[in-house]
Amino acid sequence: MKILSIDTSNYALGIGLLDETQVMGEYISNIKKNHSVRVMPAIQTLMNECGVNPKDLTKIVVAKGPGSYTGVRIGVTIAKTLAWTLNIPITGVSSLETLAASAGRYFNGYISPLFDARRGQIYTGLYQFKDGQLLSVESDQLVLTTEWAPKLKAMDRDILFVGNDLPLHSEAIKDMLGAKAQFAVVTEHNPRPAELALLGRDKPAEDPHSFVPNYIRLAEAEAKWLEAQKNNN
Amino acid sequence: MTIKKEQLIVGIETSCDETAVAIVKNGKEIVANVVASQIESHKRFGGVVPEIASRHHVEQVTLVLEEAFRQGKVGIDEIDAIAVTEGPGLVGALLIGVNAAKALAFAHNIPLVNVHHIAGHIYANRLIEEMNFPLLSLVVSGGHTELVFMKEHGHFEVIGETRDDAAGEAYDKVARVLGLPYPGGPHIDRLAHEGTADLDLPRAWLETGSYDFSFSGLKSAVINTVHNAEQRGEKIAPETLAASFQASVVDVLVTKAVQAAKEYKVKQVLLAGGVAANKGLRAALTTAFESLEDIQLVIPPLSLCTDNAAMIAAAGSILFDKGKRADLTLNGNPGLEISIHN
Ligand SMILES: [Zn+2]
Repeated sequence: MKILSIDTSNYALGIGLLDETQVMGEYISNIKKNHSVRVMPAIQTLMNECGVNPKDLTKIVVAKGPGSYTGVRIGVTIAKTLAWTLNIPITGVSSLETLAASAGRYFNGYISPLFDARRGQIYTGLYQFKDGQLLSVESDQLVLTTEWAPKLKAMDRDILFVGNDLPLHSEAIKDMLGAKAQFAVVTEHNPRPAELALLGRDKPAEDPHSFVPNYIRLAEAEAKWLEAQKNNN
Repeated sequence: MTIKKEQLIVGIETSCDETAVAIVKNGKEIVANVVASQIESHKRFGGVVPEIASRHHVEQVTLVLEEAFRQGKVGIDEIDAIAVTEGPGLVGALLIGVNAAKALAFAHNIPLVNVHHIAGHIYANRLIEEMNFPLLSLVVSGGHTELVFMKEHGHFEVIGETRDDAAGEAYDKVARVLGLPYPGGPHIDRLAHEGTADLDLPRAWLETGSYDFSFSGLKSAVINTVHNAEQRGEKIAPETLAASFQASVVDVLVTKAVQAAKEYKVKQVLLAGGVAANKGLRAALTTAFESLEDIQLVIPPLSLCTDNAAMIAAAGSILFDKGKRADLTLNGNPGLEISIHN
């Protein structure tokens, strides 16, 4: 078993290689540079160093969003093309789930991974580790931080917030949740590609042809068009 | 003596609203040619919406790849190179083709060749007729109006280009004025054949000796003509307007193409780009070059004029033979210029 994982859904770029017993290698960078230029060379470098040929791969796991539309499409396009042409399974994992797994494995409470979505909004969801399994408590969504935090106030446990975009939202969260809010430390904010691979290992394979990102949102023009249709009827 | 084996090139094109994959043998013979058009989706918006185009490309890309290999009855291990459109085009759309091509090239250790979209349009001609140099290509599409001189394979010298709107753009804008659905070009072409060019619309010849084009003045003249008539309580027949507009566009395109062909002493003139599907332009070019016996006019069939990947594979074949290669850092380049040594 050799699983290649790819995450280009946000600024952090992550590539991982996982076999039966170990994480063979990981590449992570967190810089605002073009994913399209860097992903394939990163995959090539990591696989070369680990002595893994494309034909040795047994599964591709990709972070399917939410995140930057263009970013997530780059990873998904590469993942589905590799899976199709190598005739191996592809599995998509939520980018937020990957981030939750990267920080909160031993946290006794709920995990709220987040990516900034501009205008005070975040992409987030609520996750919880139970008996080593990561469970979804609240599904991935696009929400205002000022709406999300009060919602968590009623929860019966502490909330761990994680993500590189936390500084943009931590004040608002602290204001509303006080000591109930905990914040991951700086080394935990990059989604770990090895966690992505591990999460995807046990999830069912999907059809590469119909595999698409989870954008959460419709394209703006599409949403407006649907709205206009509704008003016309 | 070594016998050169057959060369098989895969072409991938996703620069606008067609997801296309083709396989071409020896640069000239189409083995497979698959185009998934998104036009029905974009019609709702009256034009191509970039984000929606990108989403459709992701949905289609492996399906179209698989269909091309199925149609061509070819295995990936028989492929010599993968040619992909690098630009120009919509950046988000280009990225899908580029990254699919890179993944494919990496998975099977196949050389990758980056192709300029316009070089592709020009090389569509080689799928029906061998090129004979020096030649001139008239490239007319929604995004381009160019006269490209080629003294040999892979050499692209732009001797004239539009200073404002592309011809196809002008067609779409005039179509909107006439209340015609998107894309407007074919509708204007159809209407033009039902009317006569009675209106005296301007032709922008620009400076003597210039092969550049300008269509924004013509577009404004059409709009003004319609408005002035409305103010007088009159209505100009759309057929008359379409015919007059088309006559003006075609007149300029054909006249400059003929002048350039003579000055550069070319042996061939190739029509390229989506507007090459225009019947009025085809007819006028055919008539104009009939009298010029030592210049051969080549007009590709409609299916090869609009965006497709066979043209990218055809151009890629020549570039591959010339040693051009891209590495895994290849990016989509929305404003890519065509250069003499592409
Ligand atoms: Zn084109």
